[in-house]
Amino acid sequence: MSDPPFPPIVVDDVHKRFEIPREKVSTLKERALHPFKRVQTDALHALRGVSFQVRPGEFFGIVGRNGSGKSTLLKCLAGIYGVDRGGIYVNGRMSTFIELGVGFNPDLPARDNALLNGTMLGLSPREARARLDSVIEFAELHDFVDLKIKNYSSGMLVRLAFAVMIHVDADILLIDEVLAVGDAAFQQKCFDEFERIRAGGATVLFVTHDMSAVRRFCDRALLLERGRPVQLGDPESVGNRYLELNFSDQARLEEAEAAERESGAGGTPALGAARRRRLGAGRLSGSDAETLVSSASIGPLGPEPVERSVPEAIGLPETGSIGPLGPEPVEPSVPEAIGLPETGSIGPHRSDSIAQARSLPMHLPHRDSPRRSISAPAGAANAHQGDEAAEILSAWFEDEQGEAVDVLRPRSTCSVAVQVRCQRDLHMPIFAVSLENGHGDRVFTATNVESDSARDSFAAGELVTFRVCFTNVLAPDRYHLTVSVASEEGAWHDRRERMISVVVAGTRSSDALVELPYEFVLQRGSPQPALPTERR
Amino acid sequence: MSAPMAAQEAHRSTTTHPSDAYGHRIKGPSALGSSPRRMWHLTWSLARTEFKLAYFGSVLGYLWQLMRPLMLFGVIYGVISAFDKKLSAGAPLFPVAILLGIVMYNLFSEGTAGAVSCLLNRENLVRKIEFPRLAVPLATVITSLMNYSLNMIPVVVFLLAAGGAIRWTWIEVPALVLLLTAFITGLAAVLSVSYVRYRDVRPIWEVVLQMMFYGSPIFYSISSLKHLTLLGVRVNIAHVMMANPFSAILEQMRHVLISPRYPNAAQAIGGPAMLMIPVGIGLAVIVFGFLLFDREAPRVAEQL
Repeated sequence: MSDPPFPPIVVDDVHKRFEIPREKVSTLKERALHPFKRVQTDALHALRGVSFQVRPGEFFGIVGRNGSGKSTLLKCLAGIYGVDRGGIYVNGRMSTFIELGVGFNPDLPARDNALLNGTMLGLSPREARARLDSVIEFAELHDFVDLKIKNYSSGMLVRLAFAVMIHVDADILLIDEVLAVGDAAFQQKCFDEFERIRAGGATVLFVTHDMSAVRRFCDRALLLERGRPVQLGDPESVGNRYLELNFSDQARLEEAEAAERESGAGGTPALGAARRRRLGAGRLSGSDAETLVSSASIGPLGPEPVERSVPEAIGLPETGSIGPLGPEPVEPSVPEAIGLPETGSIGPHRSDSIAQARSLPMHLPHRDSPRRSISAPAGAANAHQGDEAAEILSAWFEDEQGEAVDVLRPRSTCSVAVQVRCQRDLHMPIFAVSLENGHGDRVFTATNVESDSARDSFAAGELVTFRVCFTNVLAPDRYHLTVSVASEEGAWHDRRERMISVVVAGTRSSDALVELPYEFVLQRGSPQPALPTERR
Repeated sequence: MSAPMAAQEAHRSTTTHPSDAYGHRIKGPSALGSSPRRMWHLTWSLARTEFKLAYFGSVLGYLWQLMRPLMLFGVIYGVISAFDKKLSAGAPLFPVAILLGIVMYNLFSEGTAGAVSCLLNRENLVRKIEFPRLAVPLATVITSLMNYSLNMIPVVVFLLAAGGAIRWTWIEVPALVLLLTAFITGLAAVLSVSYVRYRDVRPIWEVVLQMMFYGSPIFYSISSLKHLTLLGVRVNIAHVMMANPFSAILEQMRHVLISPRYPNAAQAIGGPAMLMIPVGIGLAVIVFGFLLFDREAPRVAEQL
């Protein structure tokens, strides 16, 4: 069907701009009252100079964040929107699936809807009728073919819609996240079906923000960011770039701007104050002020510190008998500390007592902190906690070359660096860092508590920088860093919970917390070391 | 990918290509779409679905479609019977003429009023698939045409029962209906596309429809109208009324369908030359409607 010399889809320098009226004039009266007033519009550049070609038989992904223009691009391809500049060329019979079941009418039986939907998707009514049996068979809806679809379950509806869709047999399929509906099994079926369609020689163009789907199915992918193509290439590298972009400085800057606007416009004073405090903390930390604002406003990747209750946030034990200001002395020795109740606990993976002993300075409540007050605002989780004998100035992550980074590459050697100022003379202080993932699971803790070579004493006014170098086996996610400095006995000099955050790039290959390097060995027959002698 | 193509891709941003450099160009949304066959398939599917749906939920189903104009006819006939025979101006088979007027008016009002919000009602089609925009109002018009065909059955039955005769002139009826449909389609195009921008098209059009009901010779004969004197000028109200293409077509229908004793359109407006007025108005509406729709169609999806 398609001319051999032409690729199935060519997008040539496409620009698309939407005019968004500031105040929508939608009545003739307003128009009549202000006949000469030009409607003020904001121009939204949805696409700016997008170009690419899709090869025959390719499974091509278009990815991008919300508002990056990917759906607009698909609608331009589908001929729903016109383009302002550039050209789109499609060679072959194209079918668009922006929504499952376009034209479905709840008051009609499945049969009529299947015909209607088929016609909408580009079949002639005769073709649609010829395929009806096969559609119903695929959807497994024999017994319900005359039932009005308003009485269908949502699962049945999706099955019907999908069955129609794959019976259109187009050369080129444009698909917009229709797979977001339905359960995992259905999605798998969808993808199997797309694979089959592609095996039949069709070209599939797939718009999504689900990177795992792109990685699994696409041959190539295009990454869009704010209407511009950022990267075109193999799904793996595009996926990594996407993750980076998701949390890049630029993205954070935008988030921060949005947050600023919001707080400036109508945020409650308390909220504004909390934001400013975080901003201040961010400046102290030496990284962009926006970093912390965005870590608070991005939200979904991690529980907001604000939501925690006060005792938890400041690391109090939960054994009600010790009041927050109670003078009851807590022996700050290691063995006792092991038995301490969990504090600030939000993850289930922290029952290991040894791990707790190692993370000792992170957990120990200490005796006489002047700041340990019940009146501390809940939002102060990011603030300093401790007796002020030391001050954590800043913390940052470094890559192998020692460059400060926001994104850690998987399996690279990286380090976390912390700068501390000693306000008083410190004798053998304990430094500790720990990382929590987006779910609040503590996945990594490092201290110098057991390392003699890394212990020392410091004089007041001295600046100390310590580094923890590690091989990054963490699963892709966003991680929050908590830093503490404690006395030899374990009382906090300073502690900053969730001080900064970092993103580990890559795509998840498992649901585990870490991705350790491993080798998989397969052997046929009985395992060799398991000799009878050893079984005795 | 072949080497020349890769080269093309590399140079793409710097060179400009003729419009068909890469084969079939996607032109974006338009009134008629890229394929007339698809346009027709979609229009027909939509119209049929709408027609089906209208009578799916009710017990009496299609019977209602027949009953509605008859019931309105009963009311009107009851009222005008209380007056003397002036409204009929002595025309024969006047009750059938009223019924025909009601049925024709139904076609007109259903087609246009339904078209007003049709693009909005079909938003999911307009925004989710490539869809020739004009198919949407056209489908509404075709649905009302289907209803009209059903409604004509009792008209013919009553006509024959009341003593009317089957005549050769009946072959003119489909042509007249086609003319009216074209006029309605032109209006539907204007109304539907303006409603996307201006939501008060609907109340305005409702008033216009009311005016048309009383301002057309539906329940009175055109011959019964007096002359009026406005600002010292003697005006033949009948002639003014007949400038409306709907009235002209209705009058001609009565002439050819019911009885030759009804004046034909040319007589009613005062001569064949005067007939150019309703014809001109009708043509203007159709052309303007299509041009306006064609201009707005590419942006409809964005403005909804």
